[in-house]
Amino acid sequence: MNVGRTVRASSLLLTGLLITACSGGASSDSAASQVITVSAAASLTDAFTEIGTAYSASHPDVDVRFNFGGSSTLAEQINAGAPVDVFAAASDRAMRTTLEAGTVGSPAIFTRNSMAIAVPVGNPADITSLDGLANPDVTVVVCDEPAPCGSAARAIFDASGLTVTPASLEPDVRAVLTKVISDEADAGIVYRSDISAAGDTVESIDIPDSVNAVNEYPIAATTDAAPQAQDFIDFVLSDAGQSILTRWGFTSR
Amino acid sequence: MSSRTRQAPVPRLILVMAAIAFAFLALPLIGLLVEAPWGQLPELLSTPAAQEALRLSLVTSITAAGIATMLGVPLAWVLARRSFPGRTLVRGLILIPLVLPPVVGGVALLTAFGRRGLIGQYLYDWFGIQLPFSTAGVIMAEAFVAMPFLVITVEGALRGMDGRFEDAARTLGASPTRVLFRVTTPLIAPSLIAGAVLAWARALGEFGATITFAGNFPGVTQTLPLAVYSALEVSREEAIALSVVLLAISFIVLISLRGRLLGGRG
Repeated sequence: MNVGRTVRASSLLLTGLLITACSGGASSDSAASQVITVSAAASLTDAFTEIGTAYSASHPDVDVRFNFGGSSTLAEQINAGAPVDVFAAASDRAMRTTLEAGTVGSPAIFTRNSMAIAVPVGNPADITSLDGLANPDVTVVVCDEPAPCGSAARAIFDASGLTVTPASLEPDVRAVLTKVISDEADAGIVYRSDISAAGDTVESIDIPDSVNAVNEYPIAATTDAAPQAQDFIDFVLSDAGQSILTRWGFTSR
Repeated sequence: MSSRTRQAPVPRLILVMAAIAFAFLALPLIGLLVEAPWGQLPELLSTPAAQEALRLSLVTSITAAGIATMLGVPLAWVLARRSFPGRTLVRGLILIPLVLPPVVGGVALLTAFGRRGLIGQYLYDWFGIQLPFSTAGVIMAEAFVAMPFLVITVEGALRGMDGRFEDAARTLGASPTRVLFRVTTPLIAPSLIAGAVLAWARALGEFGATITFAGNFPGVTQTLPLAVYSALEVSREEAIALSVVLLAISFIVLISLRGRLLGGRG
């Protein structure tokens, strides 16, 4: 325990220092432009990069910087005092960590990400619905349970009453997608946003809403945020921001 | 006076640096032992998942070392004894798995033996054999990363050995096969054992190529290192307990064979 904490604490410290170094350098010419730092979940990388560009286009005086990473790591950085203005998490759990520490204001749900079945191009196993995954001849890969995508897959199988025996429990959603793209697996359970990001290298099959697992993404300004932080959050919640998120496979709030 | 006290004096700097080297290698292992939940150890290791991972690791690593030896010795012999065009290239190629990041090794195995791989597509289409996600896939991944250790060790021994014994046997009328098994093999036995043990140790610790090529499923492809990685997310105690087992197995085997390893006989 202690060793793990020390390692984590020092990596947090390092990240904190790096962020401080970046924003410190920028704030010296704060008269010219305002910098806001957004810590956002890794799954938001594509969508938020585009939102940042769009926001800066309409607010030339504000420079938006992103710090993408795992939600729980980002939460720990913020609690450790990293100078962040906005926190966008992929799960309620990570946001609650910061809420309990009093480092963020009240959050709003800004988007949702549901799961889908990814199949290789051409759908070699002819899977038409979730039921097809229960066929023992179909090679299915899912995330290992500790990962949110793993517990989501488990929840979907439980809700639909299916007995699915995966061929492999992959460490993260990217590994699942890779196995499907390379046609080693007939199907995998991934986030819908991952399928959008994968373009035409995979095909997807919808999972019915009645059994699908949905992640809600909360966003909040930190307690010592720059005044522009709320403005950025409003932009994410606006039609312009929402349409970018939808385009990357997220479900509108 | 024993011969020990009459050893040549060693510069103090060398001793200091040797101590630093030892501490650097030993401290992380000591950290693991200090951190280990000794009280819960029997309980953590008696779970079906831990037992399956242990069994699978032993079976696959021993099989992989066996395959690496059976195929690696002939390869080492050809490299040491036959000159042919492109020998340098062949030698370079077989050493690549040593420097290749294991995950890349796994991807490379997929491109050859995966369902859409160079050979794998025929295995799958003609015979319905799917190596990824199978125990055979684990053994292949382990043999792939382990065999180079055996080949370089044995090739070095074959090059370094005194060829006069083989010449003598031949002039006395022994067939090439008889020379190989009755003269050459006994002469390189220490290196052969050392190479096989190194290959086994590498196979036992294999992670990257295995998870990439064979996947991760308890009882089928989840070896001890993969189980450690999976457990790390849930229970640090369990991960450390499994690591201690891995450490103990390799330590016992390496210590017991130390006498025969690397030419130091005694």
